[in-house]
Amino acid sequence: MYEQLPVPYGLVRFGVAPDHPEVKNCIEKFEEVASSPRFLYIGNVTVGRDVALKSLKPHYDAMLFSYGASEDRKLGIAGEDLKGVVSAREFVGWYNGLPQFQALEPALENGEEVVVIGQGNVALDVARILLTPVDKLRHTDITEQALETLSRSRVKSVRVVGRRGPLQAAFTVKEVRELMHIDHVQFEPINRSLYPPDIKKLPRVQKRIGEVMLKGTPPLSSHSTNSKSWALDFLKAPEQMNASSANSRQLSSIDFTHQTFAPDTDPFSKTAKVLPTEETSTLPASIAFRSVGYKSTAIPGLSDLGVPFDEKLGIIPNDQYGRIINPSTGPGSLTAGHVHGLYCAGWVKRGPTGVIASTMDDAFTSADVIIRDWESEVPFLNSPESDKSTGLGWYGVKDEVIARGVRVLDWGDWLRVDEMERLRGKNVGKEREKFVEVEDMLEGAGFVNFSRRG
Amino acid sequence: MAGAVLNKASLPRALQRASVDMSTSVKAARIRPFHCQSNWPSTAPVGVDATRWSAPAQSHIWNNFQPAAMPAFVRSRRAFSTSPTSQHGHIDPPKPGEERHVTFIDKEGLEHTFEVSDGDNLLDIAQDNDLEMEGACGGSCACSTCHVIVESDHYDKMEEPDDDENDMLDLAFGLTETSRLGCQVKMSKELDGLRVRLPSMTRNLQASDFESK
Ligand SMILES: Cc1cc2nc3c(=O)[nH]c(=O)nc-3n(C[C@H](O)[C@H](O)[C@H](O)COP(=O)(O)OP(=O)(O)OC[C@H]3O[C@@H](n4cnc5c(N)ncnc54)[C@H](O)[C@@H]3O)c2cc1C
Ligand SMILES: NC(=O)c1ccc[n+]([C@@H]2O[C@H](COP(=O)([O-])OP(=O)(O)OC[C@H]3O[C@@H](n4cnc5c(N)ncnc54)[C@H](OP(=O)(O)O)[C@@H]3O)[C@@H](O)[C@H]2O)c1
Ligand code: FES
Repeated sequence: MYEQLPVPYGLVRFGVAPDHPEVKNCIEKFEEVASSPRFLYIGNVTVGRDVALKSLKPHYDAMLFSYGASEDRKLGIAGEDLKGVVSAREFVGWYNGLPQFQALEPALENGEEVVVIGQGNVALDVARILLTPVDKLRHTDITEQALETLSRSRVKSVRVVGRRGPLQAAFTVKEVRELMHIDHVQFEPINRSLYPPDIKKLPRVQKRIGEVMLKGTPPLSSHSTNSKSWALDFLKAPEQMNASSANSRQLSSIDFTHQTFAPDTDPFSKTAKVLPTEETSTLPASIAFRSVGYKSTAIPGLSDLGVPFDEKLGIIPNDQYGRIINPSTGPGSLTAGHVHGLYCAGWVKRGPTGVIASTMDDAFTSADVIIRDWESEVPFLNSPESDKSTGLGWYGVKDEVIARGVRVLDWGDWLRVDEMERLRGKNVGKEREKFVEVEDMLEGAGFVNFSRRG
Repeated sequence: MAGAVLNKASLPRALQRASVDMSTSVKAARIRPFHCQSNWPSTAPVGVDATRWSAPAQSHIWNNFQPAAMPAFVRSRRAFSTSPTSQHGHIDPPKPGEERHVTFIDKEGLEHTFEVSDGDNLLDIAQDNDLEMEGACGGSCACSTCHVIVESDHYDKMEEPDDDENDMLDLAFGLTETSRLGCQVKMSKELDGLRVRLPSMTRNLQASDFESK
């Protein structure tokens, strides 16, 4: 398993919110897999940069791409690049200690009003982290820097804005319920008319989420002074982001175009479509979080292996089981030819949605088809001279990678980093204190006298 | 290529069992050995502190196993998901006279009945008996991978699922009226004779999954 960072676990470490430690228990499963003598961890090696795909190819029978989604979707509206417009993906990476985003410096002390655009679970994670009393986060594995910034935050109100209605929102009930249970945080009641008169008739999932939203939060006692609030706005599509003045680059408000349900659509169905209206409105915002989904990209060299990339869907085209297909080698997109020996799993296979359970399930399917293919003796990576791959795997490229100055971690190295992080955490009463710089991770692994990578 | 030859007994329990499963094998003639990586150097590479370098255990499984021990494609036999996990509560045998019975119907439709004690939860029971139940969050009601469907009329005798359990059930694949999370159902006298089915994990892949919005 090649991993670009020194440390494993992807979004389970750098995505899942710090106040959801139980979700990260799946790491125990991962550790079990890693303990297999047939598993090899090659950390701190970026495939496509530190090692070319075409250099790897001769040494393997099969490769599986499960490199997730390393970008996010943009809105494509004016003012999106203003100061104060933050990508939710970067913010999440920042508070979770992803080295790439440690310099983000979200200006949470700039103002009181926050707008989050998009209504998925990531949007609610962002809202919850902003609204949770910082003392409640102190014992989690959130970074020290994030705690420090959050403790200076002046944020009082968070509005999470969606372009469709409550029954089309992408978030799940647990996350909404959690937001209803934060001390001193009031939920602005939602417009009842967005729901059918009898919500009991809705399908179970929509019904339960509707009940939570309609119930809202209990009224705050009058003497709670530093109360905060949150709200869900529906049927508003972002139109443009405005600066505070003509010669300022600082965000101050966002214009929305109101939407209405298309005439041929059932407004209470999950897939309802919306159309813009003439009506517009403006929300004040000192910070806006763009949370409209992640996006996978092609890693360099895919085409050298004959692997296409679907830019529109942001996935590697596959047969839905995990075999990578190349539409140009088959008659139709679903009967396209399998690119021998190449498979995919996770977000780069299905698109950037799904929880750990569904991603796991999907990965099992990919693993199953590899075994099935192997047993049915279809060609693999270095066919037609099949079985002619060197069989060296990582050892076929290792010297070349190390000669480039790359410091490679094996599983034992990671376990040392892991142990040090836990120790650091213990000293400050946390589950772990993550290393947030690649250099520190390498040092934690015991690499000495290494030269910093440029 | 120095290195200890792995024998089955020295493998972790999960793999041991997996390798046993593998002997439900395919004909040797159909087998091509997997290439394996086994030559991690035992000395530290240049630039790496030799004191922190350790060569990983050699992994010659595929070379050393008899061809008859190569894996058949058996969907339910994954080392990954059938491995017992020590972090789950260990199941003690029931006291005489207090045995409760629970039957799991697996994805192939096979029934497995166990004698268990009051208080044991279905996730622990399934994992202790190597049934395929994931339990990714370790039984903390945060993942829905321990989803079971109650087949007997015990559903109504159970305590109602609480909000947390229902919230996770909402995410479960193939939810039914009598779905529960295995980690939240504890055996009791009332539940003696309980029958639950493990939902098929195979995702029902739909074209709509691929539709862009
Ligand atoms: C903010 C957030 C919170 C979430 N919270 C939850 C939750 O509470 N519960 C839940 O069930 N699900 C949650 N999810 C969903 C869950 O995290 C995903 O379903 C799952 O992690 C996706 O797995 P993946 O393997 O496809 O991608 P990832 O987990 O992103 O793994 C991809 C890995 O590939 C590596 N990589 C990328 N490019 C390269 C390269 N060129 N070379 C080598 N390595 C590379 C990355 O560093 C990364 O480690 C959350 C997702 C997000 C974004
Ligand atoms: N606790 C958890 O379990 C947890 C936590 C975090 C993430 N996750 C999972 O991780 C996955 C990714 O989450 P996510 O929140 O990034 O993505 P998501 O669930 O796909 O949500 C994206 C949201 O952005 C909206 N959107 C997209 N384009 C837009 C535009 N141009 N203008 C306005 N709104 C737009 C979408 O609305 P439309 O529907 O109208 O397109 C949707 O509400 C999800 O499957 C999620 O469940 C889970
Ligand atoms: S094991 Fe995760 S919900 Fe039961």
